[in-house]
Amino acid sequence: MNLFLLFLSALLVNNFVLVRFLGICPFMGVSKDVDSAFGMGVATTFVMVVAAAVTWLIETFILQPFGLPFLQTMAFILVIAALVQLVEMFLHKTSPALYKAMGIFLPLITTNCAILGLAIMAVQNSYNFIESVVFALAAGLGFTLALVLMAGIREELRFADVPEPLLGAPIAFICAGLLSLAFSGFAGLI
Amino acid sequence: MARLWKNFANGLWNENPTFRIMIGLCPVLAVTTSAKNGVGMGLATTFVLICSSALISLLRKVIPDKVRIPAYIVVIATFVTIVDLFMNAYLPDLHQVLGLFIPLIVVNCIVLGRAEAFASKNSLISSILDGLGMGLGFTWALTVLGAVRELLGSGSLFGYRLAADGATTIGIMSLPPGAFITLGILMAFMNMIAARQKKRATKEVRP
Repeated sequence: MNLFLLFLSALLVNNFVLVRFLGICPFMGVSKDVDSAFGMGVATTFVMVVAAAVTWLIETFILQPFGLPFLQTMAFILVIAALVQLVEMFLHKTSPALYKAMGIFLPLITTNCAILGLAIMAVQNSYNFIESVVFALAAGLGFTLALVLMAGIREELRFADVPEPLLGAPIAFICAGLLSLAFSGFAGLI
Repeated sequence: MARLWKNFANGLWNENPTFRIMIGLCPVLAVTTSAKNGVGMGLATTFVLICSSALISLLRKVIPDKVRIPAYIVVIATFVTIVDLFMNAYLPDLHQVLGLFIPLIVVNCIVLGRAEAFASKNSLISSILDGLGMGLGFTWALTVLGAVRELLGSGSLFGYRLAADGATTIGIMSLPPGAFITLGILMAFMNMIAARQKKRATKEVRP
């Protein structure tokens, strides 16, 4: 039950993009059409889950026993960068079709602050291994949801008559604000 | 001299990271619930930018091309850890508010972007000035956004109450949706100003 609440909280109530503001760059950059938004979401979710598992192991078995918590930021970002590279190579070998579909998004994921943020948050909230992985999965799905919703809105926006100074990013941000407003309705859920 | 000034001023307006290039937006949206938080986050990022630009510029002939990105990330992460520990020790209140977004300076695209695009190709002085300009450009953007949201959301500015007692404030401005909407509107304003400047410039060329 507790896990379910954690899942729901990270997915909707504290949505990573719309409430916590993590991963805004891909949210704005890759939300121009639904297909690529979905691809980016799936790739990010995948890396998030693997990264949460690996950073949890590093934190628990290396950083804490040896008293090195000040190396956390550096260790995590290097692990995430290496992981993204590894996932890329692995997909390239095992499933070229999936690799091709995700191809361009994979290297971008290293600089997605949602991944590092997630790893640090899991440590701060002292989640155990299962909780960390569930948290990562929910965060990834929440990210995908926000991205796909935004892409849907932006596809429609293309046909709207937008005042000239608002064209492009400004109107997208205002739409994101309205989306975030809608998501704040989930606040009473838990 | 003029060239150095140009390096510095570039980040303030022409290539302002927030309003013109639109990178590193996560902290922009997340911490700007008040003007003071905006200044704090901006200055922390500025420090990291200046130091990492300086060090990367010094090391630009030493770092092999193939492993440059991991090398840059290690340099940046070092300075971020310094800022994190420093703020935790001397500015605990601010550290508490900014929380997660201090370690996340590591993945702020501005820092890595300037390392890759500028510091790895330019001399020490130019790189420091570029870092300073970009950092201050980022800081003023955060401060303006924070000030607008604080004023509308809680009727105060830098913690001083300006609104009359009992005056209605727009609470939504201090909440997440307010961040997106304010940034969208401010960007539209910047676009308007830029368009006007451009118009004036073309008029001067063709009288």
